[in-house]
Amino acid sequence: MTGEAAGPHRVHIPSPLRSYTAGRAEVEASGGTLAAILADLEAAFAGIRFRMIDEQDRIRPHILIFVAGRPARDLRARVEPGDEVQIVAALSGG
Amino acid sequence: MAASRRKSPAKKPAKKPAPVPSSAQRGLGRAAKVVRAAAARAARASSTLVGGEGTQRVVLLVGTRKGAWILVADPERRRFRVEGPHFLGCIVNHVVLDPRDRRTLLASAKTGHLGPTIYRSTDLGRTWTEATRPPAFPKVADVPPADAADGPAGGGAAAKGRAVDASFWITPGHLSQPEVWWAGTVPHGLFRSHDGGATWDGIDGFNRNPAGVSWDAPGFFATPDGAITHSVLIDPRDADHMYVGLSIGGLFETRDGGVHWTPLNRGVAADFLPDPTVPYGHDPHCVALHPKNPDRLYQANHCGTYRLDRPGDTWERIGRNMPKEIGDIGFPIVLHPRDPDTAWVFPMDGTTVWPRTSPGGRPAVYRTRDAGSTWERQDGGLPKGQGWFTVKRQAMAADAGDPVGLYFGTTSGEIWGSADEGRTWRPILAHLPQILSIAAAEVPAAALP
Repeated sequence: MTGEAAGPHRVHIPSPLRSYTAGRAEVEASGGTLAAILADLEAAFAGIRFRMIDEQDRIRPHILIFVAGRPARDLRARVEPGDEVQIVAALSGG
Repeated sequence: MAASRRKSPAKKPAKKPAPVPSSAQRGLGRAAKVVRAAAARAARASSTLVGGEGTQRVVLLVGTRKGAWILVADPERRRFRVEGPHFLGCIVNHVVLDPRDRRTLLASAKTGHLGPTIYRSTDLGRTWTEATRPPAFPKVADVPPADAADGPAGGGAAAKGRAVDASFWITPGHLSQPEVWWAGTVPHGLFRSHDGGATWDGIDGFNRNPAGVSWDAPGFFATPDGAITHSVLIDPRDADHMYVGLSIGGLFETRDGGVHWTPLNRGVAADFLPDPTVPYGHDPHCVALHPKNPDRLYQANHCGTYRLDRPGDTWERIGRNMPKEIGDIGFPIVLHPRDPDTAWVFPMDGTTVWPRTSPGGRPAVYRTRDAGSTWERQDGGLPKGQGWFTVKRQAMAADAGDPVGLYFGTTSGEIWGSADEGRTWRPILAHLPQILSIAAAEVPAAALP
């Protein structure tokens, strides 16, 4: 359900998370849902998921994730073939 | 790639975490002689301090709203070499040295965007390694997504599944448990690591609630900075005997390593509650246990300054003996490392809208040398007016020197120090970000970066 032959998708990484991707702003990950994409990211870049998703699988308050340009409400968001995933660290004050 | 996550945002290749200790190493309740031997080792270590063999140096571990710094004192504790920033831009609540090896540091960090984690250094900050499993509550099944937008804190949070927002407080484990560390979180939570800080597990007896009631019960509401679990104190005679402060919630005690907890707030005012005689729901700002007399506790509370001598269970409001115009409200309370009768507080204005600044704009430390019966003002060198200092609960510390060195950091990014037990103060550093915590520690000079 989550990973069958979907992707890889381009995933844009915001600067606060690039310490996990060796500085790369764009990586690839596979999966048919946002949950699967994030699991794939975690497998490649251990630790990255918890910094943006809390232990209850909620997207953290100042993280936004867009799938094909649409904001994802939760990890069940579907990711269709060809969709790009953009992770955004929203502005959060001083 | 997997390796890259282990590095701090700013540092060089990291070392692997230390191996997980055996169950015997971490076993609670080891023979008393082991504890005594460990205490004796610690006592020997702390006797070689500043000016002694010249082998130990005082360092200040400074956590700020925008990163961490390490200040290294010269042997006279008059000049400090500034090393950092570490984790620039991160909210660093606490940086703590492991007194068991005097080389290992743990630092808790998050950013405005990113979730909370813990870093470990085994070389006094040259390199840092991120925890592979930072403190986190258990996943609650079937959280309706519609509820998720409410965030981790606030009413009903327990039913929706709580999430750690910050690892607020870090305490090294008992001397007999070399790889054990404790962390208190926002919202209320207590976690333990058995492997030097690499992985963390929740203490169910606490996290499910310490008093047999839900975290949603009246008395456990949050401060503006969240519901803070702090002042994780371990009895040096007994690793299973601990105290934990909850702001807001009160002080709690366990005698079985965290399985069962009982409130310990009798005598403490709770003026802000409809029923001020409740057993819990108080607001300890900072609680300290004296290392040489672990039966003595001091507490800076939202409603005064207190002392408790165990096995008694009723706090005495020693702040009543402070000048009326100063009051007895403050955040930090710092103990003399050898004299259980001596303590320092940093009074703040807790009137009207609670400015939380030095009363009258005249910063001063107050010291007692008789367990709170009398207090003396110590403001030598501090501004005589228009000094609106705010000092947070973790931002004042004493070193183990003789005379004792004292240090505090302000929310305006200044660090002040005294090398004569508070009689005279001098500015050590200015222009840091908002200071959240200062810990003073002694480390081998040869080990310093």
